[in-house]
Amino acid sequence: MADQDLRLPLPTDTPLDPPAAWAELRARCPVAHATLPSGDTAVYLTRYDDVRTLLSDPRFVRPTERDGAARVAPEGSGGAAATGSAAVAIPGRGEPHQRWRRRVGKYFTAKRMTALRPGMTRLAEDLVDAMLAQGAPADLRASLGFPLPVHVICDLLGVPAEDRDRFSRWSDSFLSVTRYTAEEIATAQREFTAYMARHVAAKRARPTDDLLGTLITDGEEEGGGPTDDELVATGMGLLVAGHETTANMIGKMAGLLLGDRSRWERLLADPSLVRTAVEESLRFDANLGFGLRRYLGEDAEIAGQVVPAGSTVVCSMPAANRDERAFTGADAMDLARTPNPHLAFGVGPHSCLGQALARTELQVVLETLLRRVPTLRLAVPVAGLRKTEGLLVGGLREVPVRW
Amino acid sequence: MKLTVDQDKCCGAGACVLSAPEVFDQREEDGIVTLLTSEPAAEHHVAVHEAAAVCPTAAIRVTETDRIAPPGRSRQARH
Repeated sequence: MADQDLRLPLPTDTPLDPPAAWAELRARCPVAHATLPSGDTAVYLTRYDDVRTLLSDPRFVRPTERDGAARVAPEGSGGAAATGSAAVAIPGRGEPHQRWRRRVGKYFTAKRMTALRPGMTRLAEDLVDAMLAQGAPADLRASLGFPLPVHVICDLLGVPAEDRDRFSRWSDSFLSVTRYTAEEIATAQREFTAYMARHVAAKRARPTDDLLGTLITDGEEEGGGPTDDELVATGMGLLVAGHETTANMIGKMAGLLLGDRSRWERLLADPSLVRTAVEESLRFDANLGFGLRRYLGEDAEIAGQVVPAGSTVVCSMPAANRDERAFTGADAMDLARTPNPHLAFGVGPHSCLGQALARTELQVVLETLLRRVPTLRLAVPVAGLRKTEGLLVGGLREVPVRW
Repeated sequence: MKLTVDQDKCCGAGACVLSAPEVFDQREEDGIVTLLTSEPAAEHHVAVHEAAAVCPTAAIRVTETDRIAPPGRSRQARH
């Protein structure tokens, strides 16, 4: 494949299948050059070992506006997550990043997420009951995939879930590559920031025992906890990260498991496979989104080639997750695959903070659907599912189902 | 089997606890890994190897193995 033909995002024939180019790139061109929607050029990695090594290297972090790195979004259309805007006051590297991560990470431990499980299950059951009562066909994304993670992250943070319709627009603007205009993004960013600042101010005045409230109380006890700007950025970041990707993944998981109904039937016959089936759905998801970017502040050797300082690298985790060098039968879904060291949550010191939460939510959703709606099936052919477009993260616009 | 963890490398993802809750735990104060045992019983060995394989920062090291060979990266489960 000629380098200059590679434009991200790569086209796919169907919404759940990988781009045809990945296999060829992994085989012949592991350090490719790709054109981003901005017109800038980045190095594009598709092999498992290369993606894993680069993301694990603490020298390299996500680019910020100040780096002069390749831009993802065309001028003006990028949300804060795409531009690396300085408005986001979360420390991005080194020791300050590690301190922030540990301060917040303690709220997302596996044990805490397991303790939330019964509540999540009740919530999933209520949402499924409402979907069943409303009658087929239904959109699984709107009925369950979106509201469940929104409720859970709002409870954790201590903000009201009733505002969820606004979150959706704010979140999409935050993650915009080409969907919104500069003006729409600026308005959404301003509203979202003001909203979170009001909650932070209220919690400063009256301490609460949710995540944001506890960050404030602990910080005040230590003397010199997070600043208001850091708290607002943390709240916004967690709210976006805490629902958008999981909502998307619930829809894609349903698409993958129902699209070939023998998969669904295998899980009905053996529900003990739910845990490994969730991991395999994460590995198999070819529509994960843009991939993770890293800015090279110094030369790096990747796949035996020197990639010069100043380069921006896009790591395609979903391409790496289909690498035969790392996964036997990589192009087949094996619901019992174990271990499954996929890179859907990234890898290294910046790997997803909320991965225990996401895993628990995905397991609860799948268990609940198998138990309550065993006859579930897609209401459209797989090819009729439509991808979301123009955002950093990939998903399905709706997931029409019957039962 | 003998086991060590590198708390400086750990990023608190909790993947190990989800794989092998009888062997791994996370500190209350910052989510960093701790070991409930450094010599897990044979019944947990498969789960420990899984935890080591899926750790995002490669912070888990199996220093001594017995009986069960470490599985390959993507070994098929025996179901």
